[in-house]
Amino acid sequence: MAAPQDSVDFARANQSHADIRDAVRDLCTRFPDSYWRESDRQREYPEAFVKALTDAGWLAALIPEQYGGSGLGITEASIILEEIQRAGGNGGACHAQMYTMGTVLRHGSAAQKAHYLPRIASGELRLQAFGVTEPGSGTDTTSLKTTAVRKGDRYVVNGQKVFTSRVQHSDLMLLLARTTPRDQVQKKSQGLSVFLVELGDAYDKGFSVTPIDTLMNHETNQVFFDEFEIPAASLIGEEGKGFRYILDGMNAERILIAAECIGDGYWFTERATRYAGERVIFDRPIGQNQGVQFPIARAYCNVRAADLMRYEAARLFDAGEACGEEANMAKMLAADASWEAANACVQTHGGYGFAREFDIERKFRETRLYQVAPVSTNLILSYIGEHVLGLPRSY
Amino acid sequence: MKVLVGVKRVLDAYVKARVKPDGSGVVTDNVKMSMNPFDEIAVEQALRFKEAGQVEEIVAVSIGPAKSEETIRTALAMGADRGILVEADAEIEPLAVAKVFKALVEKEQPELVLLGKQAIDDDCNQTGQMLAALLGWAQGTFISKIELGDGNVTVTREVDGGLERAQIKTPAVVTVDLRLNEPRYASLPNIMKAKKKPVDKTTPAELGVDATPRITTLEVQEPPPRAAGVKVASVAELVDKLRNEARVIG
Repeated sequence: MAAPQDSVDFARANQSHADIRDAVRDLCTRFPDSYWRESDRQREYPEAFVKALTDAGWLAALIPEQYGGSGLGITEASIILEEIQRAGGNGGACHAQMYTMGTVLRHGSAAQKAHYLPRIASGELRLQAFGVTEPGSGTDTTSLKTTAVRKGDRYVVNGQKVFTSRVQHSDLMLLLARTTPRDQVQKKSQGLSVFLVELGDAYDKGFSVTPIDTLMNHETNQVFFDEFEIPAASLIGEEGKGFRYILDGMNAERILIAAECIGDGYWFTERATRYAGERVIFDRPIGQNQGVQFPIARAYCNVRAADLMRYEAARLFDAGEACGEEANMAKMLAADASWEAANACVQTHGGYGFAREFDIERKFRETRLYQVAPVSTNLILSYIGEHVLGLPRSY
Repeated sequence: MKVLVGVKRVLDAYVKARVKPDGSGVVTDNVKMSMNPFDEIAVEQALRFKEAGQVEEIVAVSIGPAKSEETIRTALAMGADRGILVEADAEIEPLAVAKVFKALVEKEQPELVLLGKQAIDDDCNQTGQMLAALLGWAQGTFISKIELGDGNVTVTREVDGGLERAQIKTPAVVTVDLRLNEPRYASLPNIMKAKKKPVDKTTPAELGVDATPRITTLEVQEPPPRAAGVKVASVAELVDKLRNEARVIG
């Protein structure tokens, strides 16, 4: 297949995009399927891969040059993550290092930016954990129960988070907590604040983590705060405006996750196509059967279509224009397309689709996540229904 | 010290080469092209010398079509300082390449020329040796280890039957083998910086080199398809076949 080599990054018209693709592909060739298979089997963090990606500067793509990053746009960042997935890897181990810092960049003080961003850019500090979701509030974020109460020059945090990913491989965590009780604010989106929490010695001070074993090799956790004190200087921006700050980062995340799904989608269709062309049953390649060929072709169409929406969302984002609609649609279409491609790929491989050594089952498990995280498909549909089409709020 | 490094644009090592329908060569249109892997090793070695403070400037040279600039950019993204593109659209043979390098050496005055031992497209393995002869310089070929000394360079050569260590005087031409190092991948900051690094363009004619080919390719053929294997019933039968049919054991 010649076309998906460059997806819809039209004819590599943009040489710097082509350079990014080539360089990321080159790095990824050093981490072949066997590397990912083994880290999945051992449930190990892919440390060597993350280190290589960090050392080569890829995770600092979005950090401005003045803070030691490369100052690239979301389009370029999305290409980086797409290529990792397309090479058979799993960017979920470190993608948040790219964009979590956005909240600090946009809303942090000059001192916070000068102190943290260069260290995040170099990889000295990892900021790839974001404590938002709680057992009692998933999608309904503003109902969260974790509190941060100001006491002199400190805040005291109490509460619990769940599905906090990569926190064991983070030096910093972004935390959303309620600083003003819900009954004292007019709207429930008020009174929430964002903190940048240093985790170095937190484990001795009332901060604890319990890992959650999941379907795939994705480090995620329950996090507990018990009279956990943090400096007041950890507050990002103004107290009480935290919810708005985190919303700002959501579009970037959706576009980047969409790109990861696109990368997965191409990986699945490429694998399925190759196998369908090679596997001979009844004296002919199985790909000659329309029952095998059409699902792959259809999945490919949908990956390409989602890819267009991803580029459109990224273009708007990089131009500083509103892109909530496009970013949400790109994420949903891409996650659906990668899941469809994953199914077609398993079906094409028959029994081998379930055999670990073929890697299909691993990628199948990994891409399933994106129907749910970081935002579920239903919430995207609710957003489109309410905010784009003007239908009544459904929840 | 200044080092000149040769970087050739070749068919990517992982692409399956296909012969053109008219048998005149190998298809290179719309096929992934990359830096010759041996040349990558040469670039990496130059970078290591620079990081060790033994080399001040690394100049990457490519001779070939205009697209060879991409290969130079790759070398610049790895960390080379500047590039020279010698544009030549026709096929260019090792002797002409060596003459072009000689002209550039006279202009640039490097003390070391690092080249891949051969390019993986034509497998000629001639340029380094010819260049050393044309310059009257010392040469170290097929090297798997290299140390820069004062006015000399110590190389370990991979030869049949073992390793040979030799000390040669500088200036010198050194061609590198596979086991010398593992080339780094380009980093994002270096890719960004590479865009601003200068690449000078010239031609063989401007350098006073007649690059007209002296060899005519008559035909390029696909290797014969692999024949199906046979199953043997026993070790004895296997040994018999190896001895009497394949004649690979006595």
